[in-house]
Amino acid sequence: MNQSNENNGVTRREFLSWFWLGWITFSVVLGGLGALVGRFLFPNVLFEKPSKFRAGAPATYAMGVDERYKDTESVWVVRNSSGIFALSTVCTHLGCTPNWLPGEQKFKCPCHGSGYRASGLHFEGPAPRPLERFAISVDETGQIVIDKSKSVKFQTDWDKPDFKLKV
Amino acid sequence: MNPFRKLWNYLRETQIWTSIVRHKYPDNPRDKSLAVLTNVFLHLHPVKTRKSGVRMSFTWCMGGLTFFLFLIETVTGILLMFYYRPTLEFAYNDIIALREHVPLGILREIHRWGAHSMVITVWLHMFRVFMTGSYKPPREFNWGVGVILLVLTMLLSFTGYLLPWDQLAIWAITVGANMAAATPFGGVEGPGTMLLKIGDVPLVHSGNDAKFGLLAGRFIGGATLLRFYVLHCIAIPFVVTLLIALHFWRVRKDGGISGPL
Repeated sequence: MNQSNENNGVTRREFLSWFWLGWITFSVVLGGLGALVGRFLFPNVLFEKPSKFRAGAPATYAMGVDERYKDTESVWVVRNSSGIFALSTVCTHLGCTPNWLPGEQKFKCPCHGSGYRASGLHFEGPAPRPLERFAISVDETGQIVIDKSKSVKFQTDWDKPDFKLKV
Repeated sequence: MNPFRKLWNYLRETQIWTSIVRHKYPDNPRDKSLAVLTNVFLHLHPVKTRKSGVRMSFTWCMGGLTFFLFLIETVTGILLMFYYRPTLEFAYNDIIALREHVPLGILREIHRWGAHSMVITVWLHMFRVFMTGSYKPPREFNWGVGVILLVLTMLLSFTGYLLPWDQLAIWAITVGANMAAATPFGGVEGPGTMLLKIGDVPLVHSGNDAKFGLLAGRFIGGATLLRFYVLHCIAIPFVVTLLIALHFWRVRKDGGISGPL
């Protein structure tokens, strides 16, 4: 007697093929849910400050490092004989905020001791590259506009037109 | 028969007693075994322990101490959660309040020192297991589980580090998150990440890399604090509890604690 007749017409072979299909479906659905959960952890909208801000008229900046936007915008505005540029306050080693030491004319990071000149050039400690510079321009009202979404990493880019204001 | 013995015998025959304790009085090997096997908490433990298993010089009791500290952390952690609010407005002040205004101000210090101690005991436990060769087959799977538990212990320390929301916390997590940015193929500054792009569009950028996933944003902020709080209090302890159960069960299945097989 055929055994399949006793089992509603389902043979062992047929059962196993459905069995595998079930497991494959289950795995795919579980993998898809896992991917969705992963995506869930990356928000679409961030409540962070706009990356562009106005920083007053160029004439308000004296020679040297200006700290007025350090706390609110994480930017130092520096003026030297060749112009005005915007330095990031984020240490290029591991992201702490260095302190400007006027007596020694250098930025010194409290976390691991990286040191930078007023130009942003690294000269001591573990920092691998200079402080980043942000895009800087003057708008129609004569105010400086600093755009933190555009930055340059290396000294070779410092003379690019968007990253220094000739004064 | 004295009346206390009589009462005792009566209690042991009530339906309440016999429904809780399924075995007879453990005065013979079978009922002694059943006492362990029929108890959900005890059944993770072997019915019989080798003499060497209770020798302090052999085990240093480091695994047991680690589990003890995990229980301390769980209990003190739950108590701390009654007062701590993981928001920018309240987090720092609630930590101060836990020390200054709430009764038993030492509770947070116990949690903190327990955490430090747990990292030390985990390391010493692994050192002991390594020196006694207890990672060798058939225990190599359990060694792997132990390594994952080590990583999760570190992650518990790392996520707990941010919660006081003071300068040390913020900058420590800033440094840690920047290390995550150097993840190979997963962090925006990591090796190989530059290769992952379609045309000129990078697949991994500052808006979706490992650092972003950790911080829930490009910078450390309120979303980071909430994320670390949930990881620290719920997500990681949940996984750790499952793996601890697996770890203990495998100790039994792989031939018992710290003896030659």
